[in-house]
Amino acid sequence: MASEAHAIHGETLALREQFDTAAQQKDASSLGMWIFLVTEIMFFGGMFLAYTAYRSWYPDVFGAASRTLNATIGALNTAVLLCSSFTMVLAVRAGQLGRRKAVIVFLALTLILGLVFLGVKAFEWNEKFQEHHIPGPAFHLEGTPFQGHAQLFFSLYFAMTGLHALHMIIGAGLLIYLIVQTKRGIFSAEYYTPIDMVGLYWHFVDVIWIYLFPLLYLIDRHGPKA
Amino acid sequence: MITAVAEEKEHYLNASYGLKSWLLTKDHKRIGLLYLATITFFFFIGGAFATLIRLELLTPQGDLVSAETYNKLFTMHGVVMVFFFLIPSIPAVMGNFFLPMMIGARDLAFPRLNLLSWYLLVIGGLFAIFAMVAGGVDTGWTFYTPYSTTYSNTWVIATALGIFVAGFSSILTGLNFIVTVHRMRAPGMTWFRMPLFVWANYATAIIQVLGTPVLAVTIMLLFCERVFHIGLFDPALGGDPVLFQHLFWFYSHPAVYIMVLPGMGVISELIAVFSRKAVFGYAFVAFSSVAIAVLGFLVWGHHLFVSGQSLYAGMVFSFLSYFVAIPSAIKVFNWTATLYKGSISYATPMLYAFGFIGLFTIGGLTGLFVACLGIDVHVTDTYFVVAHFHYIMVGGTLMAYLGGLHYWWPKMTGRMYPEGWAKISALVIFLGFNLTFFPQFILGYLGMPRRYHVYPDEFQVLHVLSTAGASVLAVGYLMPMVYFIWSLKYGKVASANPWKAPGLEWQTASPPPVHNFDVMPVVRNEAYDFSTTVGEAVEVG
Repeated sequence: MASEAHAIHGETLALREQFDTAAQQKDASSLGMWIFLVTEIMFFGGMFLAYTAYRSWYPDVFGAASRTLNATIGALNTAVLLCSSFTMVLAVRAGQLGRRKAVIVFLALTLILGLVFLGVKAFEWNEKFQEHHIPGPAFHLEGTPFQGHAQLFFSLYFAMTGLHALHMIIGAGLLIYLIVQTKRGIFSAEYYTPIDMVGLYWHFVDVIWIYLFPLLYLIDRHGPKA
Repeated sequence: MITAVAEEKEHYLNASYGLKSWLLTKDHKRIGLLYLATITFFFFIGGAFATLIRLELLTPQGDLVSAETYNKLFTMHGVVMVFFFLIPSIPAVMGNFFLPMMIGARDLAFPRLNLLSWYLLVIGGLFAIFAMVAGGVDTGWTFYTPYSTTYSNTWVIATALGIFVAGFSSILTGLNFIVTVHRMRAPGMTWFRMPLFVWANYATAIIQVLGTPVLAVTIMLLFCERVFHIGLFDPALGGDPVLFQHLFWFYSHPAVYIMVLPGMGVISELIAVFSRKAVFGYAFVAFSSVAIAVLGFLVWGHHLFVSGQSLYAGMVFSFLSYFVAIPSAIKVFNWTATLYKGSISYATPMLYAFGFIGLFTIGGLTGLFVACLGIDVHVTDTYFVVAHFHYIMVGGTLMAYLGGLHYWWPKMTGRMYPEGWAKISALVIFLGFNLTFFPQFILGYLGMPRRYHVYPDEFQVLHVLSTAGASVLAVGYLMPMVYFIWSLKYGKVASANPWKAPGLEWQTASPPPVHNFDVMPVVRNEAYDFSTTVGEAVEVG
C-alpha cells in the first residue's frame, strides 16, 4: 500500500513498524518537533507575560535594573550563540549529504560554542551574586527606593535566563548523543532525522535568547546610571 | 463459528505474557489498558475523599473532621479527580486505544513517547500520593497565591510537582494525537470521513498542547516563589497574586474542555450507532469541537470576576463566555436531530448518552448563569458553582466515559458485559447523580458557600439529600467495577462487531490483533455509513 519511490525500505534507515514509508516517518517526526516547539513557546510565554505586566507597571525601576547588566558581554554571548546556530545548520547540511566526518566536526563546534555561552552566563550570574542582585533577603540595588520592584526584575532575569540555560544544557546533552550516534554510523544521507530535529530545537533555544537579550539588557540603555 | 476461530487467534492480549511485556509495551492498545487501570485507581481515591466530604456535611456542625482536615479533603478530591482522572480519562484510555484504529493506523505516530506519557502520569501520581500520605495539602485544587506560596504549611510542593510531571503526560499525548491524525490516516480516510470521536480528540489535543505548558510554567513559578521567595506573586515586593490567577485559569479553563470535548466525541459515536443514522450535520459537529477548543482560550477571565480584575475586562470575558454556548448547543441540537426517525436501541451505552445530553444541557445552561457578570457576583464560590461544574464533569464527562467503556468493552476485552446489570447501574448512577448535585444548585442559590465544613441548620435537609444521593452514586460506580471484572472471565464472548457499527475499529477481530488489522483498510465510505455495515447481530437485553 502507498509504496512510494523510496527503495531504501528498512535497510540502512530505521523504519519503525507503524509507518509505511520513510517519507511518512520523517514527516511525522518533523511535525511532532514543530508542535513540541509550540508547547515550548507557550511554556516561556507565561514568563514573557509576567515580564510584560511588571515592566509596564514599573518601567523606571526595570530600566535602572537593566542598566546594571553588562550589555557588551551580553552582545558577545549573543554572537556566540548565533555562530552556534550557523554551525548547527552546517551539521544538518553535512548530514543531508551523508558526510559523517563533517557532521561530527560541526556538531562538536556547536557544542563548544554552546558551552562557551553557558560559561559566560555562569560568569555573569556570579557577578550578580557578588553585587547582591540575587532576589532574597540580601538583595540590594543601588540608587532606587523601590527595592521590591527591582527584585522583580531580577527574579524574571534569573527565571528566564535560568530556564534558557537549562534548555541549553539539555541541547548540549543532545549534541553529545548525536556525536556518539554519528560515530557509530547510525546516520546516512537517507536517514538523518535526529540531526535535523535537534537542529530545530537548537535554533529555537537560540531564538528565545534573541528575545531575552533586548528585553533584559537593552530596554533603557540611555537612562541615568543606577 | 466465527467465535471459535477468534478463540485460537493471536491478538494483542495473548501475543506476549508477563509483567515486562506490559510495562515495556509500545502497543497503543496495551498502553490504553495501563491508563485504564491507573485512572480507575485514582478515581476510587478521589471518590473516597468525596465520600468523606459528603459524610462531614451530613450535619451542620463540624463533627466528623476538623476544619483543617476538611480543607485537605476537598483539595485532594479536586487534585486527584481533575489531574489524575478527568484529564487523562477519555483521551488516554479510549483515545489511545481507538484513535489509531478509527483512522486505520497500526499505532500512534510515536509509540515510545506514548509509553513515556503513561510513565509520566504514574510518576506524577506517585508525587501526589506521597503528598497525600505525608499529610495532605490544603490550598484548594486552584493553589491560589499568596496562601499557597506563603501561608500554607502543607505538602504544596510535592503536589505541585506531581501535577507538573503529569502535565507533560498530557502534552505528549496531545502531540502524539495531532501527529497521528495528520500523518497516519489510512488511504481514503479524508479529514471529513473521520469519526467525530477523532475530531473531538484532535480538538482536545490542540488545547493540551497549547494550554498545558502554561500550567507547567505557572507551577514552576509557584515553586520558585515558595522555595526561593522570588516575589513574582508577592504584593510586598510589587508582585501581583492576580497574575497567578490569570496564568492558572489560562490553562485551567481550557482544561474544562480537555475534560468534556472527548466525552462529546464519545456521545457522537454512541448516538449514531444506537440510532443507526449518520450524525446530523457532521461538519458542524466536527467544527464545533474545534470552535470550543479555540473559544475556550478566550474566556478564562470569568473565573476572576470578583478577584479585582477591571470591570471592563469582566464585561468582555462575560460576553465572550456566552460564545461557548453556541458550538455546545450545535452539538446538543445535532445529536437530538440525529435521533429523529432513527432506529433507536436502548442498550447501556445509549442510556449513558441520553444521560449525558440531559445533564450536560443542565450543566451548560447553568454555565450561562455564572458567565453573567451580575448573577456570578451573587453565586461566586457557592454550591451553585460546585453543582454547575459537577454537572459538566460528572454528569457530562463521566457519563460519556462510562458509556464509551461499555460500548468499546467488547472490542477491548473480547467479552460482553452483562447487559441487565449494566442497565440497572446506569439508572442508579443517573438517579444518584441528580440526587447528589441538584440540591446543591438550590443550596448555592440560598447562599451556602463552597469549602465550608460547618453551615447553618436550615441547609441541613438539602445536604442530607445530597449525601444520600452520593451514597446511591457510590453504589452505581461500584457495580460496573464488579461486573466488568466479572465479564473478563464469565462474560459472553464478543463477536467482531456486536453493535453492527460502521467504524473501522469494528471491522477487525475482538480483541484486535497486535497491528490492529489483518489487512490494512482502505476507506471508501463516509463516516457513519450504515448501508454497508458488515458484522453479525447480537441481542441486546
